Amino acid sequence: MTTPLLRVDNLRIALASDGITYNAVENVSFEIGRGEAFGLVGESGCGKSITALAVMGLLRRPLSLGGGRIVLDGQEIQDAPAAEMRRLRGKRIAMIFQEPMTALNPLSPVGKQIAEMFVLHQGANWNEAMDRAEEALRQVRVPSPERRIRDYPHQLSGGMRQRVMIAIALACGPDLLVADEPTTALDVTVQAEIIDLIAELCAAKGTAVLMISHDLGLVANMCKRVAVMYAGRIVESQVADAIFATPSHPYTQGLIDSLPRLGERARRGRQRLTEIAGVVPSIQAYPAGCRFNPRCPAVTDICRTNVPEATSLPADGLVRCHHHG
Amino acid sequence: MADSLLSLDDLAVHFMVGSAFAGGVKTLKAVDGVTLDVKAGECLGLVGESGCGKSTLALAIMGLLLPTRGLIHVDSQQISGATPPDRMKMAQTVQMVFQDPYASLNPRQTVRRTLADPLRLHGINDRAEVEARVIDMMAKVGLRPEHADRYPHEFSGGQRQRIGIARALILKPKLVICDEPVSALDVSIRAQIINLLLELKDEMGLAYIMISHDLGVVEHVSDRVAVMYLGRIVEQGGWQEIFEDPRHPYTRALIAAIPDPFHRAAAAVAKAKAKGEIASALNPPPGCHFNPRCPLKADLCTAEVPLLEATGPGHLAACHFRDRAS
Repeated sequence: MTTPLLRVDNLRIALASDGITYNAVENVSFEIGRGEAFGLVGESGCGKSITALAVMGLLRRPLSLGGGRIVLDGQEIQDAPAAEMRRLRGKRIAMIFQEPMTALNPLSPVGKQIAEMFVLHQGANWNEAMDRAEEALRQVRVPSPERRIRDYPHQLSGGMRQRVMIAIALACGPDLLVADEPTTALDVTVQAEIIDLIAELCAAKGTAVLMISHDLGLVANMCKRVAVMYAGRIVESQVADAIFATPSHPYTQGLIDSLPRLGERARRGRQRLTEIAGVVPSIQAYPAGCRFNPRCPAVTDICRTNVPEATSLPADGLVRCHHHG
Repeated sequence: MADSLLSLDDLAVHFMVGSAFAGGVKTLKAVDGVTLDVKAGECLGLVGESGCGKSTLALAIMGLLLPTRGLIHVDSQQISGATPPDRMKMAQTVQMVFQDPYASLNPRQTVRRTLADPLRLHGINDRAEVEARVIDMMAKVGLRPEHADRYPHEFSGGQRQRIGIARALILKPKLVICDEPVSALDVSIRAQIINLLLELKDEMGLAYIMISHDLGVVEHVSDRVAVMYLGRIVEQGGWQEIFEDPRHPYTRALIAAIPDPFHRAAAAVAKAKAKGEIASALNPPPGCHFNPRCPLKADLCTAEVPLLEATGPGHLAACHFRDRAS
């Protein structure tokens, strides 16, 4: 078996609050192969974004790495010194964020922000770097890049800013692109274009993608495999097609059933939407056993006491539910 | 029209922006000639991207922005640039549910006070009656009456949206404008709120204007749908016509942009996606505003503004090629 590009093994992220340490993320393991698109889906607060930050080595107080290993291309990076991580970030792993306006430097022209990547990581001189920045803007399909290169972020629209972010992230041809809700702040038609752009550029350059989103449909469209997180744990992971065809965890089933689907009303008339009862638990009050148990329609006594072990599913999938099978 | 609860006749809301000293004053046509009606008990879905004028339209219907041109009839009231509405009467007719329940509730008021204040303002001073109506409304939206003395921060997002809905309904309005009522909520909570809104609609005979960018939600709840682009309605019709047989390329682009995990293969073939982004309302393209992004663009589209005309019974589209097959 070939070694995966990224292996996250038994990751635990600690959150210190009022002198108590909580596990914001625990027992999270996944692998991403070279050039593979992997999706991590969950609601706000489930730990998906901080998992991405952990991979980037960007956890800051009150969050810290509580345990586990992060292996990039055979090299353990969870304890790498800050200087080493700075060298890796941008060159081998890059990240794009939800809100490009806050991620870009408002005082610097976008061309310079792209060119910086070539200067810092590849030792290019500024003239050459600016030429390459223009080419990078052209690749992400910003119209008239020769003029846009001198624009400041506030002069661009939301979609254009996100294109600039993508250009920066992919400038040095990283092995892995981490995309944290890259289209949540954008309009739907622009969202479709940005997702296509990311998919196309990454496929062309052989870049692997870790795509983080709350939108199961969006992720499933773009990624080969998808993992669903709930309250700090991965509850299910499957090939994208299979997760919709045979969702195995009651939470995944609930999510898929609860969304009104386009065309459904025309086919079957208006049905009452299936609700998931209750609310997402807060980190201070995670229930014992399976964390979904207070909301689960199939709950039994064992769910309230024992944390379910992972059960394998076909095609490298897994589910954590006492009642699977 | 007699049977319409709300009717808009050539409604326009323009803003003056900029200054005479720096670059000159420009007119921003946020809403530009919208004609629309909503019947009692009906749900109209209003779809469009940010900057298309949905929220300005909602504020004008609420009576919070005066029209630059055109008329609004709500129930028996008429609002125009010259006749501002009677605010007390408006509050009993039209109410609004906002997107973000964290921001739209007063953090220093208990649920009881949030719900009781509108009643007292409208002259219901009998304590027992106010209390009974508050408790009744809380039960209706699925909140426990014993939580009446809690503050907004003590509730989860979904419960806070229930408070927002209760506040909108306490005066028994006829029309409720729901501005993205579920998009700020956790995905697993959205179904609860959508179901609640539909139940209350039937129970209280409400009419809704459902503003949302989530077409799945719009299709699920709407009787009729209107699609807006840069201040104008580009297509309008029954939910089935809009979703099964969209006639405007922009509507098609919106539908094509939704990732449909259940029909991935089909989605990959039939891409009618729009190119580029919505233009600025300060400087909209000539002719059809959608023309720079349109796959069907022809010379006619830059020369002439297409009118909103019928392509079928109750189905209107503002496109020169409305009868061309997709």
